[in-house]
Amino acid sequence: MRGGPHPVIRARTAQMRGTAAYAILYLLFLYAPVLLLPLFSFNDSVFVAFPLSGLTAKWYSAMAADDDMRIALFNSLKVGVAASIASTLLGLTIAQVLTRGIPGRRLITGFSNLPLFIPDIVLGISLLILMSRLAIPLSLATVILGHLALCLPFAAGVLLSRFEGFDLGLEEASRDLGENAWMTFFRVTLPLVAPGIAASLILTFVVSFDDFLIAFFLCGTDTTLPVYIWGELRFPDKLPNVLALGSTILVVSSILIVSAEWMRRRGAPSQLRGAN
Amino acid sequence: MDAPAGCTVTATGGELNMTSPALLEVRNLTKAFQCRLAVDNAGFTIAPGEFFSLLGPSGCGKTTLLRLIGGFTVADTGNIHIDGEDVTGRPPEKRPVNTVFQSYAIFPHLNVAENIAYGLRSEGIAAGEREKRVTEALHLISLSGYGRRRPHELSGGERQRVALARALVKRPKLLLLDEPLGALDKHLRESMQTELRQIQREVGIAFLFVTHDQEEALAMSDRIAVMQHGRILQVDYPKKLYERPNCLAVASFIGNMNFFAGHIIGREHDDLIVEIGPMGRARVPVSTGEHFPPGSQVVAAIRPEKFMISRDSPPGEPSLDARVLSAIFLGDRTQIKVAISEAAPVITITAPTTAQIPSAAEHIRIWCRTSDLLLLRNEAASPWTRDGWLPRKRTKPPCKQVTLSRE
Repeated sequence: MRGGPHPVIRARTAQMRGTAAYAILYLLFLYAPVLLLPLFSFNDSVFVAFPLSGLTAKWYSAMAADDDMRIALFNSLKVGVAASIASTLLGLTIAQVLTRGIPGRRLITGFSNLPLFIPDIVLGISLLILMSRLAIPLSLATVILGHLALCLPFAAGVLLSRFEGFDLGLEEASRDLGENAWMTFFRVTLPLVAPGIAASLILTFVVSFDDFLIAFFLCGTDTTLPVYIWGELRFPDKLPNVLALGSTILVVSSILIVSAEWMRRRGAPSQLRGAN
Repeated sequence: MDAPAGCTVTATGGELNMTSPALLEVRNLTKAFQCRLAVDNAGFTIAPGEFFSLLGPSGCGKTTLLRLIGGFTVADTGNIHIDGEDVTGRPPEKRPVNTVFQSYAIFPHLNVAENIAYGLRSEGIAAGEREKRVTEALHLISLSGYGRRRPHELSGGERQRVALARALVKRPKLLLLDEPLGALDKHLRESMQTELRQIQREVGIAFLFVTHDQEEALAMSDRIAVMQHGRILQVDYPKKLYERPNCLAVASFIGNMNFFAGHIIGREHDDLIVEIGPMGRARVPVSTGEHFPPGSQVVAAIRPEKFMISRDSPPGEPSLDARVLSAIFLGDRTQIKVAISEAAPVITITAPTTAQIPSAAEHIRIWCRTSDLLLLRNEAASPWTRDGWLPRKRTKPPCKQVTLSRE
């Protein structure tokens, strides 16, 4: 008998090594460019180039001391919170309606997802034209309106997927046990879709916070953070500050997105089906 | 609309004695979905404390009828009275009935005790009293100590009990049960049948029980309503339903039945003279069926256990010479299939296992008493009566599309 593993197992191992190598290359391609940002944000030089000249956190403290940047950050937070709450409330309404099996349900679902595929620049220009036609002065309020249009498909998508597995029999059971439609919503529907609502709030906040194009068209003089960063890029010595800021946003956004996805999946639809 | 298979009767025997007023009274209830009548002019009454079953094949409208009574679906016409009050237009939360759903619909975000107490909050019952009632209910369903369990930790049978307790703590006047045992395996189902009946007696609440399982219905119910194509064909006591089905559809649905087409020759004193397909002429007591005028097309129905095997059949009783096709041992009895010729339909006989069982291909003589023959109206004559024979059991009833005229 010959030594070593069986030829079938050997072939299989080789195959698995190949797959693993491909996966690593794939992930490298996806993440390496983005990871350059945090890397250079700790580089002790205003020039973004290899070799790195030393390790420093000074760009982060410079960033924290920048008043204009802080104002822009607060603007972005205000817009994000307002847009995420408004779009989640509207998304909740549409998801509630669409799960009741009304006629034309698939058409409405399709149209509510369509804005995902409209280029932001088209959306931004159309909104700008609309605002100027209606003679609405550009401000954070117009950015919020624009972001509402941007975020709504995301909110509706997350909430619809949460409602998908929802057993309407649970609502009937609640009515049967003496609660009216409102109390049924608060005692049964809301607790069961709460993770979806949380996921929608986080996701839409991130979408709003990261948006540059629509804010660029609609913000007027009240700059949001991405618009502010765009402005700063004109000054080469400010670049490391922007890198520090970009890295911070990257980390916070990633945490938020991962937790949104975790929330959305928590209590998968099978748990919603009347524990059947 | 023509009633299926010659049934013209909506509700007959088994009427309540009218000394006690009906708890539930359903009158002329109709519900159409698009062009199909799901419930067609249904009417029946339930007495206080009664165990009443709605029995029918799936899709016969029994669940729709239950949902109409529960308030989850709005009727097109007709009335529902509970305890003398018209509840027809009321939403579910304003009806003195509660439901055990087929899917149980246990709230997954609440534990067992919270599920059971759910309906008590809207009644404004104090927390102490709520707790007491939940404890009682858990005891009733033999799940004491399960209060803190989560629904996903329960077995199917336990969930079913929780659904029952959740509805019963509300102390409804009538409890609606939508195929509650359907999802359980055979053994559990049988023990739950007994337990359910016991609980029902204990709490004294009237049960309206929906099922497609005739054995379940026969075993548990005080009375049964048989439904088909949205219509109630017969409302009766289980024994009467088996012994005296009022139409062909009920006769073929409940238990096994052999059918022979025939027609009435005439009447002599208290006997009807009937020509029955292969059996020839027979004198049947008028009491075995309605009084049919001479010439009317009828179906003679007979249960498998009413046939006897004997070389010498008594004179005057209908008999047949037949060849045994198969004999199947079923434990408590033996089922024998016979036919009078190659092409003729199969006749089913059951014999006690103690009897001498003929073997396959043997030629035997079978006979029955005329008093065991059941005469039923045969209005939908043609496909049923070809060659004077009827198929033993209908596989799929012809489905009629109904258009509801909106007046």
